[in-house]
Amino acid sequence: MKSPIASGVAASSVLAEAYLQSQDQKSILRFITCGSVDDGKSTLIGRLLYDSRALFADQVAALEMEARGGGAPGASIDLARIVDGLAAEREQGITIDVAYRYFATDKRKFIVADTPGHEQYTRNMATGASTADLAVILVDARNGVVTQTRRHAYLVQLMGIRSVVLAVAKMDLVAFSQARFDAIVEEFERFAKSIELSRCVAIPVSGLHGDNVSDKSARTPWYEGPALLDHLETVQVATARMADRPFRMSVQWVNRPDQTFRGICGLIGSGEVSPGDTIRVQPGSATTKVRSIVTYDGDLDTSVAGQSVMLTFTDDIDCSRGDVLTAADSPCDVADTFDATLVWMDVDELLPGRSYLMKIGARAVVGSVTNIKHQIAIDTLEHTAARTLGLNAIASVDVSLDRPIPFEPYAENPDLGGFILIDRMNNRTVAAGMIRSALYRTQNIHAQILDITRDAHAAQKNQKPCVVWFTGYSGAGKSTIANLVEAKLHALGKHTFLLDGDNVRHGLNRDLGFSDADRVENIRRISEVAKLMADAGLIVLTAFISPFRSERQMARGMLPEGEFIEVFVDTPLAVAESRDVKGLYKKARSGLIKNFTGIDSGYEPPEAAEIHISTVDMIAEKAADFIVDYILGAR
Amino acid sequence: MPLTHLKHLEAESIHIMREVVAETERPVMLFSAGKDSAVMLHLARKAFFPASPPFPLLHVDTTWKFRAMYQARNEAAAATGMKLIVHQNPHAIAQGINPFDHGSLHTDLWKTEGLKQALNLHGFDAAFGGARRDEEKSRAKERIFSFRSASHRWDPKNQRPELWRLYNTRKAKGESIRVFPLSNWTELDVWHYIHREKIEIVDLYLAAPRPVVERDGMLIMVDDERFALRPGETASLRMIRFRTLGCYPLTGAVESTARTVPEIIQEILLSAYSERHARAIDHDQAASMEMKKQEGYF
Ligand SMILES: Nc1nc2c(ncn2[C@@H]2O[C@H](COP(=O)(O)OP(=O)(O)O)[C@@H](O)[C@H]2O)c(=O)[nH]1
Repeated sequence: MKSPIASGVAASSVLAEAYLQSQDQKSILRFITCGSVDDGKSTLIGRLLYDSRALFADQVAALEMEARGGGAPGASIDLARIVDGLAAEREQGITIDVAYRYFATDKRKFIVADTPGHEQYTRNMATGASTADLAVILVDARNGVVTQTRRHAYLVQLMGIRSVVLAVAKMDLVAFSQARFDAIVEEFERFAKSIELSRCVAIPVSGLHGDNVSDKSARTPWYEGPALLDHLETVQVATARMADRPFRMSVQWVNRPDQTFRGICGLIGSGEVSPGDTIRVQPGSATTKVRSIVTYDGDLDTSVAGQSVMLTFTDDIDCSRGDVLTAADSPCDVADTFDATLVWMDVDELLPGRSYLMKIGARAVVGSVTNIKHQIAIDTLEHTAARTLGLNAIASVDVSLDRPIPFEPYAENPDLGGFILIDRMNNRTVAAGMIRSALYRTQNIHAQILDITRDAHAAQKNQKPCVVWFTGYSGAGKSTIANLVEAKLHALGKHTFLLDGDNVRHGLNRDLGFSDADRVENIRRISEVAKLMADAGLIVLTAFISPFRSERQMARGMLPEGEFIEVFVDTPLAVAESRDVKGLYKKARSGLIKNFTGIDSGYEPPEAAEIHISTVDMIAEKAADFIVDYILGAR
Repeated sequence: MPLTHLKHLEAESIHIMREVVAETERPVMLFSAGKDSAVMLHLARKAFFPASPPFPLLHVDTTWKFRAMYQARNEAAAATGMKLIVHQNPHAIAQGINPFDHGSLHTDLWKTEGLKQALNLHGFDAAFGGARRDEEKSRAKERIFSFRSASHRWDPKNQRPELWRLYNTRKAKGESIRVFPLSNWTELDVWHYIHREKIEIVDLYLAAPRPVVERDGMLIMVDDERFALRPGETASLRMIRFRTLGCYPLTGAVESTARTVPEIIQEILLSAYSERHARAIDHDQAASMEMKKQEGYF
């Protein structure tokens, strides 16, 4: 175990002191490497790690052992293996998405996001790129710019990375030819310009031999730029850029140890803040002054972008998690509908109209994609129409939220313009999004003031409005029971309306089919109509299969507490199919009808419906009485 | 002037901790009294100052840690005013599981099972751990927020993408999250920070003459009378220290003269060996860490 150099080094403290001093100036650069398989990416990262001594002897020894394969000692190690430690996992079928590596020089600590180039590429690269200041795009000098190179460049641009390095690798295999290098750079730059990619620095390298990696190579006398590592050590990092922008901080947590103290905690996204500054608490418009910046190490005079801080205010202004603190004289815009770019990351496709949870800053809001403007084919950059988005799809979309939020365009401030979408049922992160701008159209509609209130409508009808939502398989008995319920309510003098396939599918929703996306949109429209009718004071009955929990949940969320009554008409599939009143199951089984619920399309039964009717045990008439009692009695 | 690398790492770790406290119901911090734990605890104090961190400390004990660690653990808890929960797997106690006789069963029962028991017993839905991505190959791809099923299994195929600083902490009932606020720190960063912030550490990290036995290529310290010498073995005093601390019979020492933190940094700069080299647990089998993690080991 003895480390030969370390023990007994007498001149030790000198080195340590020099090291510690140099470390106090050290910054962090996060970068991502992009290359297609066998371009030499692993070799290049391995070289950077090896040259910067980020590897220890036991790791090197293990690699040497592998390299030898039992053969002669001293065989040179395979640099690619250093970062290829995940090969075994690949064999086990485990998805490696992003691996992070660390190395440091005296000037900087580096965090490398390494994304393997398999089919999950878009999702992985977007993830790795989201935290990167810089991207190294690798090209094999023999192959030049290929389709994948364009794909990488496009994703780098999409994710807003401002610093780009084009590393023309394996230069030893083209005899360090300047002509070859220049030709590749010229082709790349032409493409880069067409997609408005930031200016890039091109460097001829050989990862295998180390040319222009840590040191300038004598074999490329014609190359006048820096070695890769020199460039990485000096390029500007993103937090430095954010420091010059107006102050913004998402409120992460409110620290209240007792009645006398309230500290507002968060990480400063941009700009700086000092005691005495006037700030705004958005989305509201109230302002206050910063009293102090409190830290464990004493109060601070100033804090800058990138720091986690706690502020106290001069008054008790309302302020809670999710709010955004901004410089009072240059606040953020506030909006609830956006033009955004979306990268879809889940195996379940995006369904426009379905509501998802959006996390942006420290805030979570409910929102949906209301429109897919176009999908972008990553290899050709062609725009195509799309009704849904599958795994790794990139699209330009409209997003609508249930409330207005403060934001900034992603290109200006990723902290307030980048968001993720979360599936509300399975909690998976399904998309990454980038706000381009606000759409102000719906805001005007919001502003309309309604003189006759919802309560006034209901009071005039002398009833409490509600939406009774029947769900269940086709042929379960939803319409039969719903019709009976309506007849009984009508007889009792109640104002009702029944929405079902007959009056909705032929008119309002006649443009919709039965794909998952259309089913979601179908239910979304029905929910909106039901809500308007409830606002008008009616008791609304809906009788649709409504197969997905998500949409039923969305409908529930549109109404005040207690006004949504979910009725699960529980008829087992086999029973519904054996009844087959309309002969639909037969057609579906024979393939004449596609996307039929229970046959080739799913049904998610309610988990906690207000009313559960088992049609096997209860006749329709009885069920209807039970529901009427619930609607009138329970209320 | 951009933030220094330590300020940047500190800010990120604090952000992560605050996010967990804001979004989970019953967080807990795993605390072993090692250097990473010490740094993590220090960061927690900063994150929630002037309040003390709003969660307890949990030590999943194996009864086989170094004596000095138990002392350091108790002192650290007392200094912060945080509640300290010590959990020892009762089945492991009953069966007398020990590292000398039971090999990997020792880790399975005391640590893996013990941790699951403790989390279930107290209903914790988020647990901070001090693991770093640079420690070991299989950790390079680990998320900062790592999801565990209700049975505490880690499903590497089903981890969520982590973009920007946006952590998705949503989970179903019974599921939990392991959170690693030091993910982006390296061993050197940890030491440098300990030095800069003057963080108390167990003195086992610093070189001193200690009784050791050379066994299976490792220098094992004889920390108490339970250590049974094999025929032919003798304990001798050597100048040693530890780069990582666990159960004393499983933790290899390195010969060293580094008695101060700068000297440790110095030694690491020149060192030829990685930190985990001296941990028996990783040598068990090739993909050992990966497997242990899937079973619920931290
Ligand atoms: N001659 C030469 N070969 C290289 C160089 N870089 C990588 N290679 C070889 O190209 C192959 C693929 O390299 P690797 O780093 O694994 O590529 P990756 O798939 O992009 O990570 C390996 O056989 C490497 O040895 C280089 O600079 N020069």
